[in-house]
Amino acid sequence: MIAKQVRSFNRYDAMVAMGLFALLYAAVHVGQGMFARFSPEHPPPISLNPALLPYYAARSVLRMFVALALSVAFSLVYGSVAAKNRRAEQFLIPLLDVLQSVPVLGFLSATLTFFLSLSPTSLFGLELASIFAIFTGQAWNMTFAFYHSLLTLPEPLKEAAAMMKLSRWQRFWKVEVSYAMLPLVWNGMMSFAGGWFFLAASEAITVLRRDYRLPGLGSYMATAVEQGDLVATLWAIGVMVVTIVAVDQFFWRPMVAWAEKFRTEETEAVVKVSSWVLNLLQQTHLLRRYFGRLAVGVGEWLDRRMTQIGEIALPEHTRLGLGRLTTFALITFCVYWFLRGVIIVVTDLSIGEMLRVVGLGFVTLARVMMVVVISTLLWVPIGVFIGLHPNLARFAQPLVQIAASFPANMLYPLLALVFLKTQFPFAIGSVIPMMLGAQWYVLFNAIAGAMGIPTELQEAAGIFRLPAKERWRWLIIPALFPHWVTGAITAWGGAWNASIVAEVIEWHKQRLTTAGLGAYITLAATKGHAAAIVWGITVMSAFVLTFNRLFWQRLYRLAELRYKLG
Amino acid sequence: MANRLVATAEQTALLEVREVTKAFPSPDGKGFIQVLSPLSFSIRAEEWVVVVGPSGGGKSTLLRILLGLIPPTSGEVLVHGKPLRGVHPNAALVFQQFALLPWLTVLENVELPLRAKGIPRLERLKRALAVIDMVGLDGYESAYPRELSGGMKQRVGLARALVVEPELLCMDEPFSALDVLTAENLRAELLRLWLERKMPTKAIVMVTHNLEEAVQLADRILVLGGRPTRLRAEIEVDLPHPRSPDSPSFRALLDDLYQWMTDPTRPDQKVVVATEISPQPFVPLPHARVGGIAGLLHILADVGGQIDLHELAHRLHLSIDDLLPIVEAARLLGFMEVKEGDLILTEKGIDWLKADILKRKEIFRDLVIQIPLIARIVSALRSTRNKTLPMDFFLDLLDEHFGEDEARRQLQTAIDWGRYAELFTYDATTDMLRAEE
Repeated sequence: MIAKQVRSFNRYDAMVAMGLFALLYAAVHVGQGMFARFSPEHPPPISLNPALLPYYAARSVLRMFVALALSVAFSLVYGSVAAKNRRAEQFLIPLLDVLQSVPVLGFLSATLTFFLSLSPTSLFGLELASIFAIFTGQAWNMTFAFYHSLLTLPEPLKEAAAMMKLSRWQRFWKVEVSYAMLPLVWNGMMSFAGGWFFLAASEAITVLRRDYRLPGLGSYMATAVEQGDLVATLWAIGVMVVTIVAVDQFFWRPMVAWAEKFRTEETEAVVKVSSWVLNLLQQTHLLRRYFGRLAVGVGEWLDRRMTQIGEIALPEHTRLGLGRLTTFALITFCVYWFLRGVIIVVTDLSIGEMLRVVGLGFVTLARVMMVVVISTLLWVPIGVFIGLHPNLARFAQPLVQIAASFPANMLYPLLALVFLKTQFPFAIGSVIPMMLGAQWYVLFNAIAGAMGIPTELQEAAGIFRLPAKERWRWLIIPALFPHWVTGAITAWGGAWNASIVAEVIEWHKQRLTTAGLGAYITLAATKGHAAAIVWGITVMSAFVLTFNRLFWQRLYRLAELRYKLG
Repeated sequence: MANRLVATAEQTALLEVREVTKAFPSPDGKGFIQVLSPLSFSIRAEEWVVVVGPSGGGKSTLLRILLGLIPPTSGEVLVHGKPLRGVHPNAALVFQQFALLPWLTVLENVELPLRAKGIPRLERLKRALAVIDMVGLDGYESAYPRELSGGMKQRVGLARALVVEPELLCMDEPFSALDVLTAENLRAELLRLWLERKMPTKAIVMVTHNLEEAVQLADRILVLGGRPTRLRAEIEVDLPHPRSPDSPSFRALLDDLYQWMTDPTRPDQKVVVATEISPQPFVPLPHARVGGIAGLLHILADVGGQIDLHELAHRLHLSIDDLLPIVEAARLLGFMEVKEGDLILTEKGIDWLKADILKRKEIFRDLVIQIPLIARIVSALRSTRNKTLPMDFFLDLLDEHFGEDEARRQLQTAIDWGRYAELFTYDATTDMLRAEE
C-alpha cells in the first residue's frame, strides 16, 4: 500500500494554514453582520469610505456563497426527484422551464416584503431576500444540468451500482453526483457569474418609497450613485473586478481543475485547466493528512448512518398516501395563489390598462431583439477571429469570462451620466444597458464554436482556396450555428431580465425612463402596486415562453439535427 | 476436471431458469417484440457455463434476467430453489466495457461493493488488497481507471466482482473489448484461477459470441438461436484442460458450434456430450491419379453406367490388379459402387462427370478434405505462418504407419489429389508443400 513516509509540516502547510485561519476569522466576523439588529426607521448607514470596501465585498461574497450552497442543495434534491419519479417529473420539469423563463428580478419587491415579515427586527430578512434573488439567478440552470446528467447516466454504471447493492446514499454520491460533477461545477461557475448581476440588483432596492440597503458592494454603489460621487463609484467598480478575479482564482479554478477527475473517458478535455491554488493545497503534508483522516472518519460515519436511514422503507400504502397528500397540498397551494393573483389583477386593472401592458411588452420585445441582432453582428466576427487564433483565445477567454461575470447593472449609473450629458434619446439608448450584460454569451459561444471547427476542415478550405465570403457561407456559419443558438438564447433570456433594471436608470437623483415592460414592472414595484407587478411579470413570462416555444426551440432542434459537428 | 461434471450432477442447482420469456415494447409503441421464447436450464455448482448465440440474440438480456437486473416477462428464476426477487443476492457481474467508476481509484473501485455491505474500513482494505493482488494489479492501487490499459481495466472489473466472494460470477463478453493478445492472456489467467480454485466462486456464467473462447473454457455450452431466441442445444464439454485449438476434438466441437450458428434448419438437440476424439488412423490411399479416376468414370458412363469388372479389364486389355486401385479410389470418393462384381456409377459420379472443370474441382475438394491423410496435411500446412512445410515432414509422419516406400507413394497420391482439389501445391525443386488460400 502507501509507503510510510515521514510527513512533516512544510511551507505549503504554513501558507494554507494561514489562509484557512484568515478565511475562518473573516467568515465569523462578516457572518455576524448578517444577524445585526435593524429597524425600518433607521436603516444601517452605508459609508462611502473606501477603507470599508473590503468588508462590504466580503459581505457580498458571503451572500453569493450562501446562495450557491442553497442552489446546489436545491439542484440535487429537485433534479433527483424529477429524474426518478415519473409522476413528479411531468410536473417538475415544465415548472422549472417556466421558472427559468420568468424574469425573477421583477419579484424582488414582492419577495422582500415576504422575507421582511419573517424577521422584522434584524437585517436577516433583508439578507434572505437578497440571497433568494441570487439563488433564483443560479438554481434553475444547475438543476437542469443535474437532471440531464441523471437522465444520461450510462446503463452499465446503473447496473454496476445495482450489482454492488449500493445503498441509496452511496449510489447518490458515488455514482450519480460524481457522474454529474463536471457539468455541475461548470454550470455552477457560469451561474455564479450571472449571480453577481442579481446581487447588485438586490442589495439596494426601493419598495413603497422606502430604501432598503444591505451592507455590500451593491449598496455601496447605489449610495455612491445617489450622492453623485464619481470617485466612490469607480472604487466600487474596481473592487468588484478584484473580487470577481479573486473568487475565480481561489474558488472556481481549483474547483474546475479538481472536477477534471470526474471526467468520463468518452469525453476529452478541450483545454487543460490548472490551478495554482489546488496545486498548493495538494502539496501540503500535515494538513492533508489530518483533514484526510477527518474526512474519512466523517465519511464513514455518515455512510453508515445514512445507509441505515435509507433502509427504512415505508409501507407501500403509507408511501402512496404521502405522495397523494403532497400532490394535493401542492395543487391547493398553486390554485390558491393563482386565484388570488387573478382576483387582484382583475379587480385592480382595467382591460385597457392590461392591453396597454401587452403593448409595452412589444416595445421591450423590440429592444430585446435588437440586443440579440446587434450582439450577433458585433461579436460573432470578433469571436470567430479570436477562436481561430488559439494563442489569442488562450489570452482572451479569461478576460471575456471576467467581463461576463461583471454585473452590468453596476455600470448603468455611468451610462445614465453619459446619456444625460449627451442628451442621447433613451428610448433607443436603453438597448445599450440591456446589451451590456447579455452580449457576452454571444461572444463566448462564438469563440467556443470557432475553436471547435476541426483543423481538417479549415485546412480543406485553405486547399480549395475558398474566398472569405464562401468560407463564411459554407464552413464558419454552419459550424458556428449550434453555438450561436445557445449563446443567443442565453442572451435573449438575459436581456429580458435586464430590461427590468435597464429601462429605468439613475444618476444622482436624475432618473431616465423609457416606455417598456421592464420600466412598467420597476415603477409598479417602487409604488408597491401588487396587481401591476403580477400582471407585468405574467405578460413578460408569456412573451419569453411563447418565443422560446415558437422560435428558439425550433432553431435549437435544427442546429442539433443538421449542424452539430462530430 | 472430468469428474467435476459427474460430481455435480446430483447436487441441486445454484440457479434455475424456468420457462423464462422476455418481450420488449416495440419502437413504434404499438406492440411487443418477443426477444426470448420460453427458456429453461439450470446452473450447477462447479461448472463454467458459456452462453453462445448470434449478436443481438438476447444473450445479454438473458444474463440480466438471471441476475435479477431486469424482470422476465413470464417464467421465473430460482436461486437455490427459491424465486428470485430483485437483484441476485450473491452474484457479481463483469461488464464488456468494464463499467468502472472513473472518479475512483483502483482500490476504491474494488472496495466499493464491500462498503455497500457495511464492512468496516480495515477489513475492507485487507480484502480489496488481497483480490487486487490475486488478479495481478499489485502496485496499481492508487491509479485511476483512465490511466490503465483495457486489459488492466478488465482486471479491476474482475477484482471488483470477486471481492464480494460471489457464489455466481457472471461475465458479459468480458474479453471482447480487448485486443487479441490481451484477451488471450487474461482468459488463460482466469482459467488458471478457476481450475486451481483460487476464486471463491461456485459457478461461472459467461456470455460470448467468440466460439473458440467457448470451446476453450466451457464445461457446458448453451447454444441460443432463432427468432425469438430459444435454447437450441446444450453441449456438455468433457474435454481435459488445457485444450489445444489444434486437437481434433477441439476442432470437431468448434465445427459443430459453427454449424449451429450458421444452419438455422438444424434440429434442436437437448443434451450433447462432446468427448475427446482419438486421432483417426490413416486409411491408406489407393494409388490412382485423378485423371485415371475420371477416365474410368467416362468409360463407365459410355457403357450405360454399369459393367462387370472382369469384362472391363478384358475390354481395356488390363489386368484386374492394374485396375483395382482406380476402382477403389472411385469407390472411396463415392463416385461408384461395387455390387456383386459389377461397377455401378452413382448419382454423385454422374454429377461430377457432367460438371465443368471448376465445379469438378470443387466437388472433388469437398470429398477429399474428409480423407484423414489429406485433412491432416491441410491443417498442418494452415497452422504454420507461411502455410508451407517441407515434404520430409510428412514423410517422417507417415513412415511410422506405412514404411518408407509406401509412405512416399501415399504422399505422391495425396499430392496429386490435393493439387487437383487446389488444396495445396507442391514445388518439386524445393520439395515444399504449400496450402492454397
